[in-house]
Amino acid sequence: MSAAEEVVAEGHQAVEAVPKRAMTLGTGTSLLVLAVLLIVPVFVKNFIIFQMTMLLIYGLAVLALNILTGGSGQFSLGQSAFYAVGAYTSAVLMEYFNVNYALTIPISAVVCFGFGYLFGKPALRLSGVYLALATFALATAMPQLLKLNFLEHWTGGVQGLVVTKPDAPFGLPMSQDTWLYYFSLAVVLAIYIFSVNLLRSRSGRAFMAIRDNEIAASSMGVNVALYKTLAFGVSAGITGVAGSLGAIAVQFVAPDSYTITLAISLFLGMVVGGVGWLPGSFVGAAFIIFVPNMAEGISKGLSGAVFGVLLFAVIYLVPHGARQIAIMGQQLVGRLRKN
Amino acid sequence: MTAVRFQVAAVLAAFALCTAMSGPALAQKKYDSGASDTEIKIGNIMPYSGPASAYAAIGKAEEAYFNKINAEGGIGGRKIKFISYDDGYSPPKTVEQARKLVESDGVLLIFGSLGTSTNGAIRKYMNDKKVPQLFVASGASKWNDPKQYPWTMGWQPSYASEARIYAKYIMKEKPDGKIGVLYQNDDFGKDYLKGLKDGLGPKASMIVLEDAYDTSEPAIDEHVVKLKASGADIFVSITTPKFAAQAIKKAAEIGWHPVHIISNVSASVGGVLEPAGLEVSQGVLSASYTKDGSDPQWNADDGMKKFYNFLAKYDPKANKLDAGVVFGYAAAQTMVKVLQMCGDDLTRDNVMKQAASLKDFEPDTLLPGIKINTAADNFAPIEQLQMMRFKGRKWELFGDIISSELGH
Repeated sequence: MSAAEEVVAEGHQAVEAVPKRAMTLGTGTSLLVLAVLLIVPVFVKNFIIFQMTMLLIYGLAVLALNILTGGSGQFSLGQSAFYAVGAYTSAVLMEYFNVNYALTIPISAVVCFGFGYLFGKPALRLSGVYLALATFALATAMPQLLKLNFLEHWTGGVQGLVVTKPDAPFGLPMSQDTWLYYFSLAVVLAIYIFSVNLLRSRSGRAFMAIRDNEIAASSMGVNVALYKTLAFGVSAGITGVAGSLGAIAVQFVAPDSYTITLAISLFLGMVVGGVGWLPGSFVGAAFIIFVPNMAEGISKGLSGAVFGVLLFAVIYLVPHGARQIAIMGQQLVGRLRKN
Repeated sequence: MTAVRFQVAAVLAAFALCTAMSGPALAQKKYDSGASDTEIKIGNIMPYSGPASAYAAIGKAEEAYFNKINAEGGIGGRKIKFISYDDGYSPPKTVEQARKLVESDGVLLIFGSLGTSTNGAIRKYMNDKKVPQLFVASGASKWNDPKQYPWTMGWQPSYASEARIYAKYIMKEKPDGKIGVLYQNDDFGKDYLKGLKDGLGPKASMIVLEDAYDTSEPAIDEHVVKLKASGADIFVSITTPKFAAQAIKKAAEIGWHPVHIISNVSASVGGVLEPAGLEVSQGVLSASYTKDGSDPQWNADDGMKKFYNFLAKYDPKANKLDAGVVFGYAAAQTMVKVLQMCGDDLTRDNVMKQAASLKDFEPDTLLPGIKINTAADNFAPIEQLQMMRFKGRKWELFGDIISSELGH
């Protein structure tokens, strides 16, 4: 019996309480997905590879939010701010200090972890909608902060910064896009494994205990304040890495790129992918990247409305997002096997 | 089988030889991706959704204009296929759409994409790929940089050139004046302020106060009071519509009557002057380069007659009061002109070459006397404007067409 089936069997339908084993895919499925991700770029055009890279990057950002919300039960509408900090950290280091792009990624992670941890401290007193509102304010303020005069020397102000795209190292015969794709894939894979292990560890259990019942958790000896801020820090750090990769893939950073719309998109991606289900993050990312393009194909002027209708459909038909579809698929396969 | 294959090869070889030989005699047809005997693919990126979706009118007008050209037989028998995508005014999305246009749709060029940071995001990519990024719809002055970015060209007068025109006007009409500047604290405001100072040159000391405001401020009353207190008698208001209206109103309330110049961005009767109050707006100055679609003085104008006919036939839903429609029409007309100049040599190289050799081209909806000129070292197609004064219920143009070039 697989993990996802167990969830249904035990009747844990509420999104808020996903058992930790149900947060990931089985080993076989994981390897299959990985194989597909490794092979596909050989057969498709650079533009598709670029889109797949963006999918990985947004997926990583959604994953970070998933750890925060699905793991520790805290809401955030401010992920775009952490994403922006990561993106700018990489861009500034690469363009002004000639730091190698690969080195800027751990630096971004550390910077954003610090930023998130510090933001998480005062946010401790807030919960639910109040926390969502505080993070919302962070997301709205970020583009303005990046335009500040005394930062403009580094950030390039409204004009933004152009980032140089790295070539494949060791003279590997692949395009910049393909290299960046594999590079991102490696980073995403490492972080994914780290996240899965994190949620299965002592800290992860503490996160989930806090999510399910804060009072019970603290009475069992979980340091609520520490683990809540830690969740914020980890989430921000991972988002920062996504931001860094995003800046390198898009080759450009500007305040307009990191508005509240991005934060809402990431939140949307998490809901569509299934809150608390880590692989769903990438399904959610696919939704926020490709569905607007599809909506535009249906009607240019009404693309926003078409997008809204599709979103409605998802929320009403499969309220638990991609996780629910995965479970239904698994049940179907199980039933076919029995027959 | 072998014989057939040989025959085919022979025919092909002969054909190749013929085409090679006939080169000088027959105009050779040369194509890059996106162009063929029957079609020219043009890409475009517009904010159809998102905070800047009001500008989508430009994209729609351009599409309608290309439809008109196609209905009239196309360009040298080639139909224009205009592929326009939505970026929601978000730079990462612009990059995605630009790559889709270039790598997936295989367009010959990208024309008229809107926005400063959105175009900034794709400029390097377009230049690396050597695909023309023509007639960028943004007033930043950075699009005129043929040395570093030989594949990117602007179209409209830059904010800096508009500001230089005000500087010229001020130096001529009020050489002893004291200038108070209110500017928006962003690329638009700063580009503009720099242009004003460049235009004033050694007389930049005429500026007694430069005051910046942020778009996040709900009202700019304090700034106006401060400017009055500085003793300025010329008020250059580098503001976007909402703030321009507030400034006009506040200045009147506190009894300050300077020579009041507002930027072309805010020169909308319905959007700025009416909300500020038509009475207090009398005498406000600005500059323009397009004809106003709602102004009856152009009813008898040949260019505008064509424009009105075009609207009636190809874009009946468009609002002729919307400056974006007039803008899109003129920009698309410039694009068509460049493609006509290319003849049968529709390579990206030649497109840039022709775009950089426009001579005195006058689109129908630009003010009479405003001419588009470009050269290998001048990627700023429109550099002239005409001053105008608000009188009664409309703008009255006055004076000559002024060129923004320094030292003229």
